[in-house]
Amino acid sequence: MKRYLIPFAIFVVLVVFLAIGLKLDPTYIPSPFIGKPAPEFNLPDLHNPDQRLKASDLKGQVWLLNVWASWCTACRAEHPVIQRLAAMNIAPVYGLNYKDKPEDAKKWLRELGDPYKANLVDRNGDVGIDWGVYGVPETFVIDKKGIIRYKYIGPINNRVVDDEIVPLLRKLNAEVG
Amino acid sequence: MIPEIGQFALILGMVFALVQTVVPLAGAHFGIASWVAVAKPAARVQLLFVAISFIALSWSFLTHDFSVKYVAVNSNTALPTFYLLSAVWGAHEGSLVLWALVLSIWTTSVTVFSRSIPPVTLARVLGVMGFISVGFILFILVTSNPFERLVPAAMEGRDLNPLLQDIGLILHPPLLYMGYVGFVVPFSFAIAAMLGGHLDAAWARWSRPWTHVAWVFLTLGILLGSWWAYYELGWGGWWFWDPVENSSFIPWLVGTALMHSLAVTEKRGTFKAWTVLLAIFTFSLSLLGTFLVRSGVLTSVHAFASDPARGTFILIFLAVVVGGSLLIYSWRASQIRSYVHFDLLSRETGLLLNNVFFVVAAISILLGTLYPLIVDALGIGKISVGPPYFNSVFLPLMVPMVILLGIGPLLRWKRDSFSRIWPKIWLIAVISLVVGPLIPLLAMGPYEIRATFGMMLAIWVLGATLKSLFEQTRGRGFATVSRSFWGMILGHIGVAVFIVGITLTSVYSTEKDLRLDPGDSYELAGFKFQFDGTTKIIGKNYSGTKAKLTVTKNGKYIATMEPEKRNYRVQKQPLTEAAIDAGLFRDLFVALGEPLGSKGAWSVRIYHKPFLRWIWLGALIMALGGLFAASDRRYRKLAGRAKKQRAVTIEAVS
Repeated sequence: MKRYLIPFAIFVVLVVFLAIGLKLDPTYIPSPFIGKPAPEFNLPDLHNPDQRLKASDLKGQVWLLNVWASWCTACRAEHPVIQRLAAMNIAPVYGLNYKDKPEDAKKWLRELGDPYKANLVDRNGDVGIDWGVYGVPETFVIDKKGIIRYKYIGPINNRVVDDEIVPLLRKLNAEVG
Repeated sequence: MIPEIGQFALILGMVFALVQTVVPLAGAHFGIASWVAVAKPAARVQLLFVAISFIALSWSFLTHDFSVKYVAVNSNTALPTFYLLSAVWGAHEGSLVLWALVLSIWTTSVTVFSRSIPPVTLARVLGVMGFISVGFILFILVTSNPFERLVPAAMEGRDLNPLLQDIGLILHPPLLYMGYVGFVVPFSFAIAAMLGGHLDAAWARWSRPWTHVAWVFLTLGILLGSWWAYYELGWGGWWFWDPVENSSFIPWLVGTALMHSLAVTEKRGTFKAWTVLLAIFTFSLSLLGTFLVRSGVLTSVHAFASDPARGTFILIFLAVVVGGSLLIYSWRASQIRSYVHFDLLSRETGLLLNNVFFVVAAISILLGTLYPLIVDALGIGKISVGPPYFNSVFLPLMVPMVILLGIGPLLRWKRDSFSRIWPKIWLIAVISLVVGPLIPLLAMGPYEIRATFGMMLAIWVLGATLKSLFEQTRGRGFATVSRSFWGMILGHIGVAVFIVGITLTSVYSTEKDLRLDPGDSYELAGFKFQFDGTTKIIGKNYSGTKAKLTVTKNGKYIATMEPEKRNYRVQKQPLTEAAIDAGLFRDLFVALGEPLGSKGAWSVRIYHKPFLRWIWLGALIMALGGLFAASDRRYRKLAGRAKKQRAVTIEAVS
């Protein structure tokens, strides 16, 4: 009889995991980076590799960093939302092209449109590590003082944009830099 | 008024499902014939009320009753009538009503085609099915009521998600659910057999045609989903290993194992405990799939709106149904004794290996799907598992399986010898080794080792399958071949076709991203695509741009392709409608990107995908095989309770 209980035992373990899973939010990932200064980077621009951009260059304005890659299907789903967000002109959206081939990335932008103010090439994902990127896509909001104020993991949708990001951007824009 | 009738009918449906569960099960246990007799009518009345409820919901959509919240969220007055009906199952609540309806349809089908089954067994089967109905209807009423009113009523609906406004999505959920839910029948037969203590060949014979039919529906449902993703998502892909896709594919794999294992149990009276376990697994995995999709425990591109209360309910239900059946199993399976022995080289061994490969593949995919959740629950971190994992575990499991598939049907039951098998297969093996490399070399262009390997496998399967057909008909003619044997032949030929499709598409597809000015043309894989410019279009609930491309090959006209870029007014969602010129040997696929500049130039993506249709064609042939197997004469005889004289049928397999 005992060995016939094995399937049941395995199932009980599975149910325990599923029950714990219910309490977790797969889209929520605690970030130790919120409230901390944005890690510095110095990266080439996707379209003009000779030009480099530093995080510290962007101080004095509220900006967004969207981590994406052409190999990421969720980014494709997210893209129209980023386009909409960028078109609102509340804050510039910078792209961090993560572990991607520049030619693939350019092709992707040609196909789907390019809402980014500029795209930074993080070929090896080093900057991604500095910024604590778990996966793509991820979106950060950085305030005028260069502090990370918000992070969203996974594809943002219109609800997140309208309910969370836009109000936050307006608030941060009103702050004194 | 109509929505209230719908809700009330659903409550009555649940009451009858409860009657259908309690009374017949008690009757079967205590031996009260009049209680046993309640099962059939209760099941039929349950269907009646669930159907009324479903019709009431459809009616609310047709009449644009935006005082119903579910309708207001998922419909719109500008939505074409066609989609008004499919919007019923366009979101969580309504799709559950469809689930419940499909379940009652299966239940009532069992009452109709069950004349050869002893009433007590039937009462137990219907009792188990009734229990599942109670659970699901209760789930709808408690957590996901589609008839909930919206006060004040909305003036206009928020419209159906544009991605779902499509013929593929009208048919995909009903077919998929017919498959998912259909596995409740072998499950209920298994539980009923265990409750009654008769786990014999009769159990397997009753379950087999139902398993085949459910499997056919599931195959078609997955096929449609894949086809829809291909043409509607506009990425040119046909399978993404998304959690939602996986949760339909895992039951398919285990269901396929179940079909093969039932064959052994019916023909040889062995593998009994294992087959019962597979029947429990198949349906349990369907339930688990429902849980994963509805509860929001996993991130997925097309997860339903999630709600912890819903997740908790399904999890409890899952624990009761699956845990309960596994406990019954552990109690009964130890009493099963098989006295049938078979040698190492025999068809039994072949089918056992088949089961091992399918179940291991299913477990690997399940593990990959649940892994992010497990890691998260253990607090180790957050990860996601992508296509590379699935491809690298799934393909190596399927290759030996496919090689085995060729040999299996040629093996004899109980005992066989290498010296008997070898003369039958060596020539086929040689042919596949020789012709395999020739096809990519001569017909497809650049030589590719992956293509060679895939072609070898496909030829091997085809050759060996035809060989077993030849063996079966030699000296007897085709008339004696049973339908279930044809089912096996078709199923396996479907696999060969499927392998050709997957291999050639993944190896030889080409794509190009272009900037095209009106009048420009580009040549891809010998096809010349000429861009003739764009026009504005206005649809019933969208507006957009339509491009026109003329495709020629060596100056000969092939097709006019008109990809669209739509903007849905209410949901404000842009959608790419790709233009596809489908053919047996190649698909041409054009998707419209963005306008570039003001002179009418557009970014355009074109694909040439050789043999893509063979993937779905293969799945269709497999499904056809399933239908043949399900309609085998001996099941019809069973169902018709014809004269008890045994027809002398010669059957080798299935």
